[in-house]
Amino acid sequence: MSQFLQQVVSGLASGGIYGSLALALVLIYRSTGVVNFAQGEMATFSTYVAWTLMDHGLGFWPAFVATLAIAFAGGVAIERTIIRPVENAPVLVVVILTIGLLILINGATTWIWGGAAKQFHGPFSTRPISIGGVAFSIQDFGVIGVSVVAVALLALFFRFTKVGLALRAAALNPGSSRLVGIRVGWMLALGWGLAAVLGAIAGTMAAPSLFLDPNMMQTVLLYAFAAAVLGGLESPIGAVVAGLALGVMLNLLGTYWDFVGGQLRLPAALAVLLGVLLLRPQGLFGRMTVRRV
Amino acid sequence: MRTLTLKLALFAAAVVVVALLPKLFLADFQAGDRFGKIGAYFIAIVGLNILVGFSGQISLAHGAFMAVGGYTTAILMADHGLRDVWTIPIAGLVAGIAGLALGLPALRLSGLYLAIATFGIAVSLPSILKKFDHLTGGSTGIQLFGSPQQTGHGTGVDILGHHLGPGDWNYYLTWTCGLLLFAAGWALMSGRVGRSLLAIRDSEVAAASAGVHPAFYKVLAFGVSAAFAGVAGSLFAINVAYVNPDTFPIPLSLYLLVGLVVGGLGSLWAAAAGAAFIVYLPIWVQHVSQQAPQVVYGAAIVLFMLLLPTGAAGLLTILRRVSSKEVL
Repeated sequence: MSQFLQQVVSGLASGGIYGSLALALVLIYRSTGVVNFAQGEMATFSTYVAWTLMDHGLGFWPAFVATLAIAFAGGVAIERTIIRPVENAPVLVVVILTIGLLILINGATTWIWGGAAKQFHGPFSTRPISIGGVAFSIQDFGVIGVSVVAVALLALFFRFTKVGLALRAAALNPGSSRLVGIRVGWMLALGWGLAAVLGAIAGTMAAPSLFLDPNMMQTVLLYAFAAAVLGGLESPIGAVVAGLALGVMLNLLGTYWDFVGGQLRLPAALAVLLGVLLLRPQGLFGRMTVRRV
Repeated sequence: MRTLTLKLALFAAAVVVVALLPKLFLADFQAGDRFGKIGAYFIAIVGLNILVGFSGQISLAHGAFMAVGGYTTAILMADHGLRDVWTIPIAGLVAGIAGLALGLPALRLSGLYLAIATFGIAVSLPSILKKFDHLTGGSTGIQLFGSPQQTGHGTGVDILGHHLGPGDWNYYLTWTCGLLLFAAGWALMSGRVGRSLLAIRDSEVAAASAGVHPAFYKVLAFGVSAAFAGVAGSLFAINVAYVNPDTFPIPLSLYLLVGLVVGGLGSLWAAAAGAAFIVYLPIWVQHVSQQAPQVVYGAAIVLFMLLLPTGAAGLLTILRRVSSKEVL
């Protein structure tokens, strides 16, 4: 039982990271209609920025906040310079662009910081605490907490601020939004910026347990893809719920089913994904699109 | 009729170019090796084009289908004593069946959902290959060089009194298959099947009401396309004479799609340009910058897409319009 609880909590922690990155993917999908293959690399890059700031003597939280600001600016800049010119191009062209970005950013990270893994000290103690006789890691709780706060803040932003409303309107109906005076182009850029911030959060939360190297977020991105699609690409709640569920499920599968072990976790995630999509092609929380002829 | 004659003439010209190319680079063994690889990618991209360009379904699993073909060849050669060239059609068949099997669930998915689901397959394959190591040799893979089933045993082949070195033999083998498959793909796409696929891509409902069965043709496109990739993988395995999970790395599926879009969607010949792009770009970037080749690599793809979103085939269309003064 205690092993089960431990696995659930550490699954929730990795699930929170998958969920944050999945939410970033959903944000971009909703605003620009593409899946951003470079999302993971953007997150890794931001995490290196945080590492550099901390290396220069900043504490974790100041470095964290500064990194989020830098990530936001970077996300906006990428949308303005690279994505905007192909706004009306076929989806495939934009997908290839983000694949190019993936390679570019990964190369830049390796170039600037080298390929060797770096130790990244997180804000949370790795000391175990005992709750009801079961040992949990404080870090896991911290990661869960940060993910939950980030997602909640984002939800509040979308629900209760004017900019959030404008963002939702621009994603839903760009034409009409333009008519009521919303600057749709900048809203899309804002979406990219927020996505980059979420990625930076996921990266800095993942780095203490994964070690920081240029390919750190690649596997995480795959789980985030799975979570985003599972939840239905356009559902923010779906992405977070599916991310958490995926984290817990993979942890339990890996622990209790020897065949899966550590090796087949990725195929197991894929099998779940395909199974769900066969029953619900629009994902768990997605809406069925009705086609008119 | 005139366009048909023109196309046959172009095809004949392609055959001549393919036949003579090694004579131009006779001394350069490396170039021969690369042209062989380009041939394999060419086949895979032509296949991918049938799926993406004609039926409108995005697949990021074609590297995995190449792996299926490559491993089929390797296992048949190593465990069942079949000669390498005879394994090529079987590899195509096995990958084609795998493609049909994936095509069925793919019917329910559209656009980026399909792209991600298929990418999941590409990503999962290496760990599956490592798990079932009694068949696939695990991470070590299967060594084929010098095996009795290898035609010429790695020393080259004598055909009609001419001696072909191993590089030349691989080159001619790959491109003979390449041109045959290109012709087959072209015939298929300019006939009833191609028209049906285009109709489905543009409007599934309209196609269905005109009597075209969307599900049948979409699954068929998946099968044919995967069979092409299987043959490509088989030839690639014969070319490098071993297979392991890194022979068909995960990014290969991404690169094939990059090659396809860089060449140009819906234009089969452009696959050659796309294949050359994905073979030569990594080599070229090493010359440009030794410190950060990957940055140049990514930037080149980004710039290419920004400047020429319709690919090399699109460039040709633009040039043709300029020359006929349509735009002036």
